[in-house]
Amino acid sequence: MRTLFDTWLIFERSTTLTLRNPVWVFMGLAQPILYLLLFGPLLKNVASMPGFPPGGAFNVFVPGILVMTALFSSVFVGFGLCDELREGVVERMRVTPMSRVAMLLGRSLRDVVFLLVQALVLVVLSIPFGLSINPGGVAIAFALLALVGLVMSPLSYTLALVLGSEDALAPTVNAIALPLLLLSGVMLPMTLAPDWLQTLAHANPLYHAVVATRSLFNAGFGDPEIVIGVAVMGVLAALMVAVGARSFSRAAA
Amino acid sequence: MQDTAAIIETSGLRRTFKGKSKGRGRSDPAEVEAVAGVDLRVAAGEIFGFLGPNGAGKTTTLRVLATLLRPTSGTARVAGFDVARQAGEVRRRIGYVAQAGGSYRECTGREELIIQGRLFGLGKAESGRRAQEILSSLDLADAADRTCSTYSGGMRRRLNIGIGIVHRPDLLFLDEPTTGLDPQARARMWDEIRKLRGSGTTVFLTTHYLEEADALCDRLAIIDHGRIVAEGSPDELKRQIAGDVLTVGVNGNGERVVKLLEGQPFVREACLEDGLVRLYVDRGEEAVPGVLRLLDRNGLAPSTMNLHRPSLDDVFLKKTGRSLRESAA
Repeated sequence: MRTLFDTWLIFERSTTLTLRNPVWVFMGLAQPILYLLLFGPLLKNVASMPGFPPGGAFNVFVPGILVMTALFSSVFVGFGLCDELREGVVERMRVTPMSRVAMLLGRSLRDVVFLLVQALVLVVLSIPFGLSINPGGVAIAFALLALVGLVMSPLSYTLALVLGSEDALAPTVNAIALPLLLLSGVMLPMTLAPDWLQTLAHANPLYHAVVATRSLFNAGFGDPEIVIGVAVMGVLAALMVAVGARSFSRAAA
Repeated sequence: MQDTAAIIETSGLRRTFKGKSKGRGRSDPAEVEAVAGVDLRVAAGEIFGFLGPNGAGKTTTLRVLATLLRPTSGTARVAGFDVARQAGEVRRRIGYVAQAGGSYRECTGREELIIQGRLFGLGKAESGRRAQEILSSLDLADAADRTCSTYSGGMRRRLNIGIGIVHRPDLLFLDEPTTGLDPQARARMWDEIRKLRGSGTTVFLTTHYLEEADALCDRLAIIDHGRIVAEGSPDELKRQIAGDVLTVGVNGNGERVVKLLEGQPFVREACLEDGLVRLYVDRGEEAVPGVLRLLDRNGLAPSTMNLHRPSLDDVFLKKTGRSLRESAA
């Protein structure tokens, strides 16, 4: 109970702070739209290449952009925490009886809500471009995106708590996010890749999230990749929430 | 004092850190002993000061007492509970204001006070009322709904203290509450801290300002290299250094003058401090002509001469061999 209530308090506080910053909200929504407008048109010709998976170009492209949005929307959240660390906010709350899990979860759930709003905007705007959807698939896909957020956001907060400053955080986050992204088949399907690259991609949890999301958008409910994707992200999310909560209770800065 | 209840009691409190080796070598990282065996007793209702230079172990001790760091060894009971084993109970009864502050610049003062109250279990309406009460008493009512980024340094410090007392703690920890404040804001802060004592809150603060320790604290402990070197009321501590202190400027002839004066009957102790000769004497008015005569006889003339009662810095100097003013700089 205590944890739920404290989580709500922190969620409410962090959401208020985000909404107070209109530039952030605008950028968050503009990003997926930019991909749609400036990258989408390239796909028309690529889709006819040999090796491109079945389904319309947008049904292959949008799921990837959704996972990428989930990644980028949550992997940089640690930067905001550095600010709060410096001003002693985390330390002050650690000397209250509040739940340590709530310190993490309140913030991470805010991040999840924001990434889902971005995802919703992207999906709705993609329909006129030729994206075909089925509601059940989209619902599961969104649950999967939430799990991606619950992996990346606690990871980002943990790094912020350990490293303590933006200067150290920026290169670290980039070093993690870039290979994850390149090996996930977000931009172009990994089926176009040489064998060794495909093998490498299989070791990337985000790759499984992308494959599963693509399946969900192409109505392939029977695809075992969906179960794999959800299971991989679910286990990682549970792990990262535990690690993140622990970091909050130990934060030294 | 034996009758009054202790609100803080520590015994053999130690806290060490693993030394951070910057090199690539695998050499065993040295352990740094930030708090090296502190025995402390703070009575309920007093303003207790922890005086020492930067790096003396003040903040580490404070953080152990406030449950932010676990002691490496030894015990500490705060507000009746063990800081290591009953941290939750301790947290309910204490307030803590870090040097970093605690309020977030993008939140308003009122928001910060309300959420703090709610984290301590106050209801929504109750927390709002308490926030208003604190804002008024700290003279922040007009700024209540502005973000903290618009506050002056003094206002922000007052708000941080307000956040620390939302739940009416028995004991409030303040880490360097006036560092960086201008004299006016500092005086204001002292008033607020005295008001807290007046309302029955025990205040435990750290400072490296001698004037602050002297003027504000009922009792204090001087800490250096993680150890308490002296403890008592400011007057008690100063009384340990009987007599007067005479400082003489001698234009670079310090060592010679110290040697000259050391054996004199009217000088109890002479040392060189910051280029000035520092003499501990029984009676200043007798020592001054004696010193002048001696200097004159040796062809020396003093550039400055200053006679004063012993200060806390003299106590610090006596106990540690260094001046606090020097160490703090």
